[in-house]
Amino acid sequence: MTETSGPGGTAPLRAATGPYFGDYGGRFVPEALIAALDDLSVAWDKARVDPTFALELSTLARDYTGRPSPITEVPRFARSAGGVRIVLKREDLNHTGSHKINNVLGQALLTKRIGKTRVIAETGAGQHGVATATAAALFGLECTVYMGEEDTRRQALNVARMRLLGAEVVPVTSGSRTLKDAINEAFRDWVTNVETTNYVFGTVAGPHPFPALVRDLQKVIGEEARAQMLERFDALPDAVVACVGGGSNAMGIFHAFLDDADVALIGCEAAGDGMDTERHAATISKGVPGVLHGAKSYLLQDEDGQTIESHSISAGLDYPGVGPEHAWLADLGRASYRGISDAEAMEAFALLSRTEGIIPAIESAHALAGALTLGRELVDGGADPAQTTILVSLSGRGDKDVETAIDWFGLTGNGGPGLRGADEEADG
Amino acid sequence: MSHARRTAGAAIDDASAQGRRALVIYLPVGYPDVDTSIEAARTAVAAGADIIELGLPYSDPGMDGPLVAAAAQQALDGGVRIADVMRAVEEVAATGAAVLVMTYYNPVLRYGVERFAREIAEAGGAGLITPDLIPDEAGEWIAAADAHGLDKVFLVAPSSTSERLELTAHASRGFVYAASTMGVTGVRAAIGAHAEALVSRTRAAGAERVCVGIGVSDAQQAAEVAGYADGVIVGSAAVRALGSAAGAEGLDALRTLVEDLADGVRQGTVAS
Ligand SMILES: Cc1ncc(COP(=O)(O)O)c(C=O)c1O
Repeated sequence: MTETSGPGGTAPLRAATGPYFGDYGGRFVPEALIAALDDLSVAWDKARVDPTFALELSTLARDYTGRPSPITEVPRFARSAGGVRIVLKREDLNHTGSHKINNVLGQALLTKRIGKTRVIAETGAGQHGVATATAAALFGLECTVYMGEEDTRRQALNVARMRLLGAEVVPVTSGSRTLKDAINEAFRDWVTNVETTNYVFGTVAGPHPFPALVRDLQKVIGEEARAQMLERFDALPDAVVACVGGGSNAMGIFHAFLDDADVALIGCEAAGDGMDTERHAATISKGVPGVLHGAKSYLLQDEDGQTIESHSISAGLDYPGVGPEHAWLADLGRASYRGISDAEAMEAFALLSRTEGIIPAIESAHALAGALTLGRELVDGGADPAQTTILVSLSGRGDKDVETAIDWFGLTGNGGPGLRGADEEADG
Repeated sequence: MSHARRTAGAAIDDASAQGRRALVIYLPVGYPDVDTSIEAARTAVAAGADIIELGLPYSDPGMDGPLVAAAAQQALDGGVRIADVMRAVEEVAATGAAVLVMTYYNPVLRYGVERFAREIAEAGGAGLITPDLIPDEAGEWIAAADAHGLDKVFLVAPSSTSERLELTAHASRGFVYAASTMGVTGVRAAIGAHAEALVSRTRAAGAERVCVGIGVSDAQQAAEVAGYADGVIVGSAAVRALGSAAGAEGLDALRTLVEDLADGVRQGTVAS
């Protein structure tokens, strides 16, 4: 626990590199995986300070992903947030449609460096699976993606994309048939095939070095956004808002702001049917510390330490665990976490679509809903809307979610009027 | 009621005093139901098992293959609780066998590490096997186990470096669990060639006793492993036998398997 600054410590929060973040993190895995995790840690420690690696990665980011991603001000959407300024960091415009590609390209380069020829990945919404399959195609690696059977149904489009990209998709039928079970299955594959195979973990959870490694590969989001905010508005935002599944887009955008004490950091967890129900995925808000998938962190679990299944309309947030760095930031009070229900998220999903012409991923819609509430809270608390800015991580685009939207909004049939909000006059 | 507790080390040493190796049988509590699982463990002891590993079913058994994972899921669906595991420990320990609980770490952590250790000791259990807890992370468990005189069985794998074998050998009490192969639990046609080398490396690293598990499923494999290890651990094959038929027939299948395996661990020593 000496690797990180604790409460009252003097080291910048940004300097935390694991294996522990306060009490959280570590490596709660079978001994059989320790050698592979050590190899990965060593390779990453070398690569992260290697200018050749940095150049390879930044070239891919520019020429393949399309970085830097822009920031976009959304004033028509922001009317519903008390009129504060809302700015989106557009990870939805990345190649493959979400922030997940940032992580995967780095890990694919690393896979090459450690001489492995096959990658495996877990996926919930399918975005990390698509990103991994994409990187595998680009680098000529064999690729297997584990996906809960329930999610293969919710995200059929992404299953087809992965298969087009040449990856094998394995539907996982154990447990709750969602992301957590896909991770179990990926670990089983890894422990069996570790000699040839690298596990490209999709979020800032899992055993060390994954939380630090994935965070390092995603922190470009916040680094770019911080510079873009200063350049365009000559000021840092008052708050940064992101959705939290495992927590990678949130850590990615938070990281550059961790030591800017005046910038509030707010993570939006999926509240499913509601925070007062049993059906949610609000791990930090409702969970207690425990060990799942190799790390100590907050966890939805019962009295006997059995994992409780999470629930969310969003496959990418439907996870009963969360990355250890978030658990640490929550305990420190540096970041705060709140629940956004399915209904709130879907309302924000539709609102951004019709006011700004941007269809967000349902995951990201949780952050948008959080920004709407936060904006109104700040204005109610006396903030001057003209002087208040919220930066939102728009972690992905909503193409994959259109099926879900058809069901939710009842968009079936052969045409009909555009969606309108209940309280909305036709404007503009 | 409290029993004179039998440790895993004593069970292994007694077996070798009889010129054979120890037989360790794994069975998950609550599969197919709690009472039958206890009856199954007693059956295994009567058929020649020296050590019983009682599995604590867990929702996310990352080290287990489909057979054991499905059994654990069935046990959980049947409502098995940690209290049932404590009762099973007590009833199986009453047979005189050494009883270890095989558990992933989170249930222990959630229950309270000290409380878990105390209740295992009070029930007459020997200690724990912890497949996802490496000594590096086990400070709290090691302290509790030492306070209650419990066995601490950690795992080593073919990929373990010499330093890690040393660390694990020194942190363990009872025996070191050598995973025969890189992979999850399951029934395998052949035991990995790595297993024998791993046992000798683990001994060289300071381990007093080394048992081999993962994949051992019949008497011939048991005999082969008994040629070089202090004990032979059989899990998936026992679960498969017990699940092969309901009620008494499943117990009969388990008895036949364990009797065979017990012959195997005798032959092994003769052959070597
Ligand atoms: C668009 C999008 N945002 C967010 C997430 C949640 O992951 P994380 O919390 O790691 O950013 C996902 C996961 O699939 C996603 O696809």
